[in-house]
Amino acid sequence: METRKLFWASNVSKNRHRSQSHWTRSTVSALRVPVFPTLSSIQIDSGNSSTELRMDSEDDMAYEDEYDNQEDDGDDSNPFPPNQSLNKARADENDHIDVDEDDLDDSQNTADASSLACPRICTPDSGDYDVLSTEQVCQYMNDFVKDISNILQLPATTTRLLLSHFNWDKECLMERFYEDEEKLFKDARVIRPTAGDRQGSSSKSECNICYQTLKGSEFKGADCGHRFCSVCWRSYLTSKIMDENVTDKIECPAHNCRILVDDGLVMEMVGTQAAVRRKYQHGITNSFVISHRIMRWCPGVDCLFAIRLRISPDWVCVTCSQCQLVCCFLCGDQWHDPATCLVLKRWKKKCADDSETSNWISANTKECPTCHATIEKDGGCNHVVCKNSACKSEFCWICLGPWQPHGSSWFKCNRYTEDDAKAARDNQEKSRYALQRYLFYFNRYMNHQQSLRLETKLNNSIRIKMEELQQHNMSWIEVQFLKKAVDVLQQCRQTLMFTYVFAFYLQKNNQQDIFEDNQHDLELATETLSGFLERDITGQNVAEIKTKVQDKAAYCELRRNALVKHVHEGYEKDWWEFSL
Amino acid sequence: MALKRINKELQDLGRDPPAQCSAGPVGDDLFHWQATIMGPADSPYEGGVFFLDIVFPTDYPFKPPKVSFQTKIYHPNINSNGSICLDILRSQWSPALTISKVLLSICSLLTDPNPDDPLVPEIARAYKTDREKYNQMAREWTSKYAM
Repeated sequence: METRKLFWASNVSKNRHRSQSHWTRSTVSALRVPVFPTLSSIQIDSGNSSTELRMDSEDDMAYEDEYDNQEDDGDDSNPFPPNQSLNKARADENDHIDVDEDDLDDSQNTADASSLACPRICTPDSGDYDVLSTEQVCQYMNDFVKDISNILQLPATTTRLLLSHFNWDKECLMERFYEDEEKLFKDARVIRPTAGDRQGSSSKSECNICYQTLKGSEFKGADCGHRFCSVCWRSYLTSKIMDENVTDKIECPAHNCRILVDDGLVMEMVGTQAAVRRKYQHGITNSFVISHRIMRWCPGVDCLFAIRLRISPDWVCVTCSQCQLVCCFLCGDQWHDPATCLVLKRWKKKCADDSETSNWISANTKECPTCHATIEKDGGCNHVVCKNSACKSEFCWICLGPWQPHGSSWFKCNRYTEDDAKAARDNQEKSRYALQRYLFYFNRYMNHQQSLRLETKLNNSIRIKMEELQQHNMSWIEVQFLKKAVDVLQQCRQTLMFTYVFAFYLQKNNQQDIFEDNQHDLELATETLSGFLERDITGQNVAEIKTKVQDKAAYCELRRNALVKHVHEGYEKDWWEFSL
Repeated sequence: MALKRINKELQDLGRDPPAQCSAGPVGDDLFHWQATIMGPADSPYEGGVFFLDIVFPTDYPFKPPKVSFQTKIYHPNINSNGSICLDILRSQWSPALTISKVLLSICSLLTDPNPDDPLVPEIARAYKTDREKYNQMAREWTSKYAM
């Protein structure tokens, strides 16, 4: 038992490791703040006046000016500063999204419900998405806010709070704005800005936090009317931003006042504390990317780029142009075709939790029929006496019935048809079968994952081989077939890995048979290719092996495409039935 | 800042003490106070005197003070360690709140327990299903521990 248990434990820990690494990846976006580039590396051209949320500190004051301009400047009606063609492109894209968003909700719903839409594979040059640096994200956000603030005729700071309330869904915001403005402001916990200034009266009064009596001009506050002195404001905001990690929705410090503090006031009050400023700006940018549904941080480790989709956010495969990571836009995991996001999520959960441990227990142990203690038989006869001192019942290990009727002279289980015992055995059979089935798929899934990891090593050795061959009177172009073959091998491994996730939840039918045949074929070809590549290719045998490798690689690619195509066709025609 | 504000609160408490409550520093340390609350008249805690321990964090008032009961009390929102489940002492804390307001809130919590967000589920169940038993228990505990 010990060894089996250990075996299982090692599997579990592997899972843990895997899910751990996945965790780090998927939460990179949430933890992004500390890994932002240093100030100097992301300074934006300070002459570019359309950047409000700058990432640098030198232009901090300009930032506030910008906001003031925003509020005063009524005639800045051009939504796209005559700046770059980028803005034009963005305008086009916005239009594009407008068209798409009509049917977006439906597609989103179906994706959530069953994830049975066909995946769309986007290449970097397809124009379906673009990869933005953090500065570009800032710029995009500011342009976005500016557009809406021009349309709604509200200050940019107020607009940002409103947009953030609607998860950056401008359609929704505008609809609600024109429907019931008052309710909108109330729900979003924002006060409609009025012309009045935010300074207190000139008479002296007492700050409600530090209880110091100060001149009225020292008091500041949001539009809710609660005024506090600048020192208290600064301490309050610093404590919120730095200690409590709240950046997106900071409430007024007054008790029971839930009105949100806008960026202008925060920036003004935080003043010259660069660290706080930076964290605040990063928090805002981060929440923009996280909550905007056409945006996603690249899940690549240490990758600081964000992906912006120009098509409706569905099951889309995107490649980060910066770190070359191929990922699924919908769930942010590595690209997992043919398994859907939902299936993959279930699979990961199953791998991570201990449900299989309990399956192991039920498959390999029995319960005492009286006290239900879990018992593993480690030898001896089938006359079992429960060791639980409070129970001590005697029963037959075979049928789990009481020992009494079995007689005392010689073991003879004649209770075979007894209903209770039969039910117990059936249950055990079932969990044994479930465990075996799970382990079958799990082992294959893990095998490919493991091989995929080792393939980086293979990558390096192939590169060395390619260099060697070039010294053996072969040209550069002649050895490229090796690199191509390794790429194909990796793709096949990745697809195969997820076919096991897909297959685990798949119910038996005729198409499933075809799928399994495809899978088998691809697996065989992939292993052969892998064998070829790992075998020592020397100057002597390279000519003969070259054709073999090329043929196999071509075949693998063909089979992979055939398999994926078959699965996609199945999604389209509703062949697949999942038991989730 | 914290010290100034605590001093100011202490003065205000001396000048205008809230009904049924009193509070002040334990020794020379202004960050450590003790408070007393008289059991509200319309509650089963009537007649009891409850002692509370108050510790101010260094960044008070931007972080809430730590308030706990030192006298045992039978209440759905106060557990045997004296911890109090009260929103304004946690998520709903505002720097504009004061100790005097906190003590008044605790007083009203004694009169009106919040059984839907209980810290001690058994007491909350008693409060909801068998009010008579709850009142009796609370009175017993009060006379045993707080008189």
